[in-house]
This record gives sequence, structure tokens and C-alpha cells, in this order.
Amino acid sequence: MIKVKAEGIIKEFPNKSGGGKSVAIGGIDLDIMDREFFAIVGPSGCGKSTFLEIVAGLIKPTSGSIYIDGARITGPDHNRGIVFQGYALFPWRTVKGNVAYGLEEKGVPVFEIEKICRDYISLVGLSGFENHYPHELSGGMKQRVAIARALAYNPDILLMDEPFAALDAQTREILQTEVLRIWNETKKTVLFVTHNIEEAVFLADRIAVMSGRPGVIKKIIEVQLSRPRHEEQRLRQDFMKLRHDVGMLVREEANVI
Amino acid sequence: MLYKYFKKSIALFTFLIIWELLPASGIISKTFLSPPSEVFQALVKLIISGELWIHTSISLQRAFTGFALAVITMIPLGFLMGWYRAFEEISDGLIQAMRQVSSLSLFPVFLLFFGIGEISKIAVIFWGAQWPLLLNTINGVKSVDLLLIKSARSMGSNDISIFRKVILPSSIPSLFIGLRLSATHSILVLVAAEMIGATSGLGYSIKNWEFNFMIPEMYAAIVVLAVLGLITNYSLVWIEKKTVKWKEEI
Repeated sequence: MIKVKAEGIIKEFPNKSGGGKSVAIGGIDLDIMDREFFAIVGPSGCGKSTFLEIVAGLIKPTSGSIYIDGARITGPDHNRGIVFQGYALFPWRTVKGNVAYGLEEKGVPVFEIEKICRDYISLVGLSGFENHYPHELSGGMKQRVAIARALAYNPDILLMDEPFAALDAQTREILQTEVLRIWNETKKTVLFVTHNIEEAVFLADRIAVMSGRPGVIKKIIEVQLSRPRHEEQRLRQDFMKLRHDVGMLVREEANVI
Repeated sequence: MLYKYFKKSIALFTFLIIWELLPASGIISKTFLSPPSEVFQALVKLIISGELWIHTSISLQRAFTGFALAVITMIPLGFLMGWYRAFEEISDGLIQAMRQVSSLSLFPVFLLFFGIGEISKIAVIFWGAQWPLLLNTINGVKSVDLLLIKSARSMGSNDISIFRKVILPSSIPSLFIGLRLSATHSILVLVAAEMIGATSGLGYSIKNWEFNFMIPEMYAAIVVLAVLGLITNYSLVWIEKKTVKWKEEI
């Protein structure tokens, strides 16, 4: 069953200097299946984050449409949750306050919010930190809060925009495993944008490689690695071969830019 | 804790001792610089006679009214101007020009329009107090992290919700800078205005006592003004700390 359908997505931005416009996305058609873990990789500036924000409804495409469960989207809605690279936590709200935000906006009754927050904070492994403010947390913990916040109002689709790019290598690997566990427990459809090829191979069912300027999808690769994924798989031949192949595709593009 | 206060007061006590010694040793004439001991005596006398309270209360009334008027008009206006770019673009030129008009240079104009009564003094304090409030509020709104707005929109916030739950809390630190600057400014303008055109108040008293050669009394009034400034500033800092618990300590 198709969960997200992108049809002829084109995005142009007016040039900052003088007239004319540059094409950020030059026509993307894509189907993401229900409960699929779908990754997009590509060199920086290829438009992958722009595409994710179009799916989120935060940016309107110049032409083309996004359909979710067959219905055309017109803006952000509670069927999608988004996690940004920069955490985007509200510094004046505690961990619990941040997780509650989407629930408040959705109009969930206060007494239910309390319980849901507790569940999702526990899901991301932050029980005991409910009343901490973001500045008291490490980068990895902040991103856990951001994940809990995006999931708390129970969207079908989780959009992740280079969520672990700002973290150190160790924390990143821990959170990758965590995301797989959470994905497995919550049965969401995930669209995951990254420039880290190993990350995409480790996480995804399918990987779309984007080429830049204008951004189009060059190739979609099926990841045939067994699930559930384990850390040890990173060292196996099939993993490394796949990482190499995807890497070559991306590198060709990086040279063009 | 005790040690901290001790450290903080070393410089202050040294200052008071030098102040006491300078006129006593005759380096500076007592006629121009009353020693703190005499200033203190004068202060006690002024408190007992009730004279100090009369002047302080009228001064506080003026400063507070001008300041409060600036707060209730300029903070909402600042939010409007920060939020609606077009509004700010139109009015920016006017504001930049107007804020260069010194408050005190306008005092004669206010005297002309409102007479020597209370209104002219409150008006000039308002004029001086409004700019830091307006500019810092605008600045607070404009410096909100766009990623937070994006994030709020992705969770279904509409414009009203974004204003209430993102813009408002994120501009509070900048708002407090405006409040503190504006409060300091109110007292500054107050004193000058009272020196120029008043028959009561601390500013008037300083000038009046100097004129009548009541030098210890004059210094007492100056000290009272400094203490008022300190109290205002520290209470605002205290309120800020209570309100902005979430900010990282620097």
C-alpha cells in the first residue's frame, strides 16, 4: 500500500542576485510504502531537505503534488511529524512541555497529554528527565526529545531531516539503533534524509540517490539486508559492498557540483 | 555567601572612607564636598521632617507614570512592528529620526503645550522611556529562531498560536533589556526635567538645596536617587530571573 506519493514535484527559487530563478528540484516522482523506512541521500545542496519540507507541507512546490493515503496535502498536518537537524526544541519548555506541544495544538485533553508524554519520553529512554530544560541536555538527548515530540501526537509518517548530522559518531550510531527500535515499535512510515551513506544503508529499506542542481532522483536502491539490523552487520561484506555502491553513485554527483 | 557580599562591598567601603577623609583633611573644601557622615545626618533629618518622602513620592509618581505609559503602549506596538514586516518598513524611517530627538530638547515644547503641571513632566519621561522598549521589543520579535516557527507550524500551529507560544516567550529576554534601559532612562529624564521645570521632586530639591547652600542635603538627595536606581534595576533583574528560568546561565 502506498503511503506517500510524490507526483511531478518541481521547486524553483527566485535568484537572490538579480532576476531569473534556480531550479532546486527538477521533477520528482516517488512512492513510499506504508511502514517503509525510506532514505534519501545526495550531496549537500541537491534539494533533499527541500523535498522533505515539501512533503511536510512547510514549503509549497512550484508544481506537482504530494498525496498521503491518496489525499492531496495542502499544508502541515498531524499525520506527519518532523525531526530537524537543529533539534528545534523550545528552550523555554521542559522536556515534558516540548513533547506536549503538538498534543496541545491538536486539542488533546490535558489529563491525556500527561500520560502520553510520559509514554513517549519513556519510549525514547528519557524517563526522569521530564522537568529538565533543553540547555541541560546533551545533543543526543535533545534529539531524543525531538523524536518523542514528533511522535507524541501519533502521526503516521515521521520525517527526519539529517537528524544525527550534528552528533558525534558514537552517539549517532546509538541513535540509529534507537530509531530502528522505535520504528519497529511504533510502525511508522519514515522518510529519512541524510548525506551519510552508511547511515542510510544501516537504516533503510530503500535508498533514493539524488543528483543535484536541479535535484532529481537518480536511482532507487533496495537494501536487502536482514532485519532486525545489528551493529555487527556494519562489518559484513554485503553491508560494505552496498555502502560502496551507493557511495560511488553519490560521489559522481558530488563531482558535478 | 557572606564572603561574596564582603568582596562586593570592599570597593564601596574604600570609596566611602576616601570620601570621608578628603573634606576632613582639607584636600577638598567642606563647602563643596560634604563628608558621608554629614550627608547621613542630613538624610536622617530629611526623613524625620518628612520632607524627603514628599519629594521622593512625587518623583516616583512621575517616573512611574511615564514609564508605565511607555510600557503599555510600546510593548504591544513593538510586537506589531516586529511581526508585520510591512508595518516596520513603513515606520522605520520615522522612528529612527524621532528617537534622535533628545527628550530634554523637547521639554520646552511639552511645557508650551501642557504647562508647568504634571503632564509635561510625564510626557517627557514617556518620550525618553519609549525608545528602548520599542526597539528592544521589535528586536526580540525579529530575532526569534525561524526553525522554531517552522517546527511549531509542522505541529499544526496557526499564526495566533505561533505568536503566543513561540514569538512571545522567545522575545522575553530582549523585552527585559528594554525594560531595564527604559527604567534607568525614566529616572534620568525625571531628574533633568525636575531641575528645569518643577517646584517639587528630588531633581528640583538637588538644584534648590545647592542654590540655598544646603550642601549635605543636596548630596543626600543624590544618594537617594542612586539607591532608587539600584532598587529598580535589581527588582527587574529579580523578576527576569523568575520569568526566564529556562535560559542558560552565562
